[in-house]
Amino acid sequence: MLDKNGIAKRIAQELRDGYYVNLGIGIPTLVANYIPAGVNVILQSENGMLGMGPFPFEGDEDPDLINAGKQTITEIPGTAYFDSALSFGMIRAGKVDLTILGAMEVSEEGDIANWKIPNKMVKGMGGAMDLVAAAKNIIVAMQHVNKAGESKLLPKCSLPLTGVGCVKKIVTELAVLEVVKGKGFVLLERAPGISVEQIKNATAGRLIIEGDIPEMQLN
Amino acid sequence: MNKVVSGADEAVRDIENGATLMLGGFGLCGIPENCIEALVRKGVSGLTCISNNAGVDDFGIGLMLKTRQVKKMISSYVGENAEFESQLLSGELEVDLVPQGTLATRCMAAKYGMPAVWVKAGFGTEVAEGKESRRFAFQGEEGHYLLETAFNADFSIVKAWKGDRFGNLVFRKTARNFNDPMAGAAKITIAEVEELVEPGEIDPDHIHIPGIFVQRIFKGNNYEKRIEQRTVRKRG
Repeated sequence: MLDKNGIAKRIAQELRDGYYVNLGIGIPTLVANYIPAGVNVILQSENGMLGMGPFPFEGDEDPDLINAGKQTITEIPGTAYFDSALSFGMIRAGKVDLTILGAMEVSEEGDIANWKIPNKMVKGMGGAMDLVAAAKNIIVAMQHVNKAGESKLLPKCSLPLTGVGCVKKIVTELAVLEVVKGKGFVLLERAPGISVEQIKNATAGRLIIEGDIPEMQLN
Repeated sequence: MNKVVSGADEAVRDIENGATLMLGGFGLCGIPENCIEALVRKGVSGLTCISNNAGVDDFGIGLMLKTRQVKKMISSYVGENAEFESQLLSGELEVDLVPQGTLATRCMAAKYGMPAVWVKAGFGTEVAEGKESRRFAFQGEEGHYLLETAFNADFSIVKAWKGDRFGNLVFRKTARNFNDPMAGAAKITIAEVEELVEPGEIDPDHIHIPGIFVQRIFKGNNYEKRIEQRTVRKRG
């Protein structure tokens, strides 16, 4: 079973040289720590920046320089700043190659729910609806089951949707799965030490198992 | 031409009860601190505020929530404010949650003189309820789009790094955010700046907002620029 960093490490293998990538809050942020050597990606922060650098050294924080999670960050050589309308313009027009975000539920049709729980204080969708509606390629980083032990990979989402038919791939602590419309969750890889049976038991939506399922290769 | 006013109090002098305001900033980054404080001093109420966020309890728009001056927030994310939550639950405060890109684009549309725009965000979700939708074949793909209307605000209040007497503005780093699409998106745009310079001092090629979009400008004071999430790495 993978921990959060393991999930981030596996997702980092999906990065390709030259990609523009938007990382959501939580596990997706950790992906930046595992970008493979020789792969150059540019991180987009939807509050208005391409070329997001690491956290600043203590004392170098700049209140005018934050990421979409409102954390202090730094620029890198080649950074570009712009406004929120242009930022979502580049997202909407499909210029961002890959979006990685968290989810509360994903359906076998690729629907995603990650912004609202009925009868709980709703904080808002932020940029999630814009991102999932537009990105060419969306990878969800999440736990396979929720805290109550219920599967988050469902035939249909029960929570209010963030977007429809948009998720392409899911990486959880147990598995890597591809969402194929009209088919379901196609199992691609198992986490180290996890059996197909365990993944089956944790998946409520239709799980497609074709042939031998390899174990993830981390490192 | 002189758009310079003496300060925040003069800049917001004619903002009346029930006005609709755009307020720039993302989180606490690039918020018009001086004007918010002046609005609190002025005590206007029943305000509708279009702003990506609602501040924190003791800073930013949170200060106007505490004094119960805000009737309605139009935002994409409001999570950082306990006062907000309690007023929302008690029904004192209305909130209209809008996807962040749609929020920015509805400001931009107003500024660009367009009454509405078609966007994909929110299709198939509760954001689409009651909205016109249409299929377009666009950029090599067929998809559903929602009709989103431009905002109609009385005042737009933005914060820039530098500005001149003509109202030309320059922002700094990610403090640009919503300040840019909001500048010029309301009947009257008020800009507060850290540095007020003479026309000609800003390289014309470096101007982010041409002065035609700005009606009032002043040099702000005592910027706190509070950091919401201080994240650092260790030296060495």
